[in-house]
Amino acid sequence: MTPDAQPPTRRQHWMSVLARASGQELAALAGPLPPYTRLRGPEAGLVMLRGRAGGSGMPFNLGEATVARCTIRTNAGTVGHAYCLGRDLHQAELAAVLDALLQDPDAGPVLAVQVIAPLAAAQAKRRAQLARRAAATQVQFFTLATMRS
Amino acid sequence: MTLHPGFADPVLDSQACFRAVLDAMSRPGQIAALAFPDPPPPLDPATAAVLLTLVDAETPVWLDGAASAAREWVAFHCGATPATPMQAMFGVALHPVPLAGFQAGTDDAPELGATLVLQVAALGRGRKLRLSGPGIATVATLLVDGLAEGFVAEWATNHALFPRGIDLILCAGTQVAALPRSVQVMEG
Repeated sequence: MTPDAQPPTRRQHWMSVLARASGQELAALAGPLPPYTRLRGPEAGLVMLRGRAGGSGMPFNLGEATVARCTIRTNAGTVGHAYCLGRDLHQAELAAVLDALLQDPDAGPVLAVQVIAPLAAAQAKRRAQLARRAAATQVQFFTLATMRS
Repeated sequence: MTLHPGFADPVLDSQACFRAVLDAMSRPGQIAALAFPDPPPPLDPATAAVLLTLVDAETPVWLDGAASAAREWVAFHCGATPATPMQAMFGVALHPVPLAGFQAGTDDAPELGATLVLQVAALGRGRKLRLSGPGIATVATLLVDGLAEGFVAEWATNHALFPRGIDLILCAGTQVAALPRSVQVMEG
């Protein structure tokens, strides 16, 4: 994250939740979907992950990651995008449809409560569990400066 | 402004379109057919298919005033950056534009000469052009409706630059024809 990063918008939040959910989770929560047109994909490809050594270091290519992406248009004309790590094309397509539906001013908030809220809660729980497991094995390093002097 | 889809099957569709453009380029005067179901207005199916096939993130593209309505579609599906005519590798025009406005490449790197995709009113009817040069046994004829008045003289200037110069792809409806810089054009 860059120092001047803004807090995520509502759309960024739901897109990140959808990208982390599995295809089965999305299909179970979304229910029947309205008709839509595929604009691009769903398709899997590679993206280059870039890293920085230190806060001001030069960027370097860390490696490539498989990403599934999809863009659809609902019959109302709203365009939905999804980029998901991995190659679950079904997930990418569902996430793109949900992204379009969530942008609807009337139906969007209802769908957010029905789909995004439970997914976000489940993901937060999984993250907390993982953090607890990792914390149990944490090792604190410190330098004994006096021994060297 | 609603976004229109690209190729349904990006690999096979763009290969088929590439083959059609290759045939049209290697046999000037021959008209190839290109199907594309849902082109973004104001582009014709053939124009849209040619752009999806040839233009990508590494080829800056210039759209004329009328074609600019499809700017968003080109940016989304091709990922091409917009450029001025002199910087562009591809020009897309719905009305005749001066060929001299595009880069013709250099003698060392003639491949840097731009390709102009010109959407015309019709192919196979209209003004008669006689073509000769590589890919044509004797003389070929091409009927085009929608070229500029002084096109033949302008093309002679372009042809004289060879190996530098501009390549022209003519699109109308679902048809495509091409005039590579190597071809000589005479009024028919």
